[in-house]
Amino acid sequence: MIWASWRQFRVPAGIAAAALVVVAIALTITGTHLAHLYDTTVATCHATSDCSAAKSALLGTYGPLQNAASALLIATPAAIGIFWGAPLLAREFEMGTWRLAWTQGSSRSRWLGVRFAMIGFASVAVAGLLSLLVTWWFSPIDEVNMNRLVPAVFDARGIVAIGYAAFAFAVGVTAGLLIRRTLPAMAATLGAFIGARVAVASWLRPHFMAPVKSVIALHDVFGAGIQQTPTGLSYVQPADVPNAWIFANEVVNNAGQAPKVQFLQRACPSMFSDPGASPANSGVGGTGTATAGPTRNPNVNFSQCAARVGAKFHELVTYQPGSRYWAFQWYETAIFVGAAIVLVALSFWWIRRRLS
Amino acid sequence: MSNTAALEANGLGKRYRNTWALQDCSLRLPEGRVAALVGPNGAGKTTLLQLAAGLLSPTSGTVRTFGQPPDDARARSLPDVGFLAQDQPLYKNFSVRDLLRYGKHTNVRWNDTDAVRRLDALGIALDRKAGTLSGGQQTEVALSLCLSKHPGLLLLDEPVSRLDPLARVRFFSTLMDVVASEGTTVVLSSHVLADLERVCDFVIILSASRVQIAQDIEELLASHKVMIGAHDDVSHLGAVGTVVRSSQTNRQITLLVREPPAVLNPLWDVREATLEEIVLAYIEDPTAGSAQRLQALGSS
Repeated sequence: MIWASWRQFRVPAGIAAAALVVVAIALTITGTHLAHLYDTTVATCHATSDCSAAKSALLGTYGPLQNAASALLIATPAAIGIFWGAPLLAREFEMGTWRLAWTQGSSRSRWLGVRFAMIGFASVAVAGLLSLLVTWWFSPIDEVNMNRLVPAVFDARGIVAIGYAAFAFAVGVTAGLLIRRTLPAMAATLGAFIGARVAVASWLRPHFMAPVKSVIALHDVFGAGIQQTPTGLSYVQPADVPNAWIFANEVVNNAGQAPKVQFLQRACPSMFSDPGASPANSGVGGTGTATAGPTRNPNVNFSQCAARVGAKFHELVTYQPGSRYWAFQWYETAIFVGAAIVLVALSFWWIRRRLS
Repeated sequence: MSNTAALEANGLGKRYRNTWALQDCSLRLPEGRVAALVGPNGAGKTTLLQLAAGLLSPTSGTVRTFGQPPDDARARSLPDVGFLAQDQPLYKNFSVRDLLRYGKHTNVRWNDTDAVRRLDALGIALDRKAGTLSGGQQTEVALSLCLSKHPGLLLLDEPVSRLDPLARVRFFSTLMDVVASEGTTVVLSSHVLADLERVCDFVIILSASRVQIAQDIEELLASHKVMIGAHDDVSHLGAVGTVVRSSQTNRQITLLVREPPAVLNPLWDVREATLEEIVLAYIEDPTAGSAQRLQALGSS
């Protein structure tokens, strides 16, 4: 039975192995270069010169490859579900070979079990190896960005890809078993996989643990400024919580109210006195100019403004701290592996009791 | 030996949504028989075979092969049952050798020495991909897989439909060799009775999703007679038994009768029925098996 499963799986397995080798070579060469770049520029920038230049140079290295590596890791579990999971049973039904397969000497539960074990293991192995490579490749960049809990980064690092792959494979097999046609099963697999990923990322993951609320005093810091919001103006300050997943970042007083436009104009008169500097283009939050504030106003004005606003207001950040990264990775992986186990159980039950 | 039937069904039925593909099917096929499963298209032949092979589970009733239910979780019945599906499915990208290896690795009991010799004699190279073989060759390979399993019961669904006349003769001679040497019980379905008549000693007639007849062919022939009488005095001809089929012209009436009484009115001209006449009668009229009296005929 193991030979029979392997005989059917060897071509897709070979294609995946070849693709993985090509990707591994490309990522190893470029990743070694990235790590070297980090060690020689960012890691030593304090001793020599400006760190932000070194950092942005590193972040700009292999820009297209950064996108491609993330996209590849995000897409691989879906591809496993579509190309390994969905056809596994649907093709047997479509070609009629299920009647050959299930009238040989061993039970269909065993037939399915060997395939689940073999291809399921391959799915998890491919996703795991690829994620290991991609996570290592990105480590210098993540060290600079400090954003590993942010969804787009979180999803493409660590162990979650293993859970996604196990789930996608199980969804594919189940879809093939229930729908019995390859193409519709593939489409259903993609839909169910995307649906589950989006649902977990947007509804469950934020609540894995109660978010932390941090009060931070307002300063004139890098990236701070006055920004126009739909309700008027507001003082903004980037949250200084490395690797966190920030849900909300508000400037409020003790009563939880945001500063009013009139207050800001009083507190920071020089910032709005210039007729050339309309509130709309006085927005400077996070633009990367070290001299926060409109360019025509000297830096000192913004410092006074920050001090005056900071006397009554503070920054309230709601976030998941970076220290929870691995807990979140494990929770996310456990949810998808758990769902995969439920689907596998459903498939066994269906193939024995409900099919036919 | 005779206590366990090779195939036994009791009240077996299969419904797809609102349509019964097979209904109230009860039959008993003793070991060592070669049974023809005949009936028009859509009569439920494939459904019955797939139920017996465990590919379908019944909506009602039971089916057993050598006393084992085919949907048994541990699949104890599988090694004893060989099934050749209607379109003889094969993994098209497997070579013939790989298909035989597939069988070897998925069966407890496997011996393909005969199969290899036979395929060699047929000129089917073992390294050919199954998908490149002709329809007839694929049937030969599929049959080889079935036979290499050495099952006690062979279920063959329309096995000769893709074979030319010469290949049919060869197919049946192979089958008969196996039956003779291994005592295999066989169920062969076809809607062409002539294909099966020479090799079968048992017949199962399906019509309108019901079993009309499941009987030894000799017994069946012995229990049916064709009676021809004058049409004008049909009411004087007396009791005739169960009329399976009647046809009448202006002058005479021809009846196919089951279990005619020992003593008949000498006005009847009586002869043996052929298997084809009997099968056609049951297929043509699914209610033929039910009691029908000459009186009713006469008054119609």
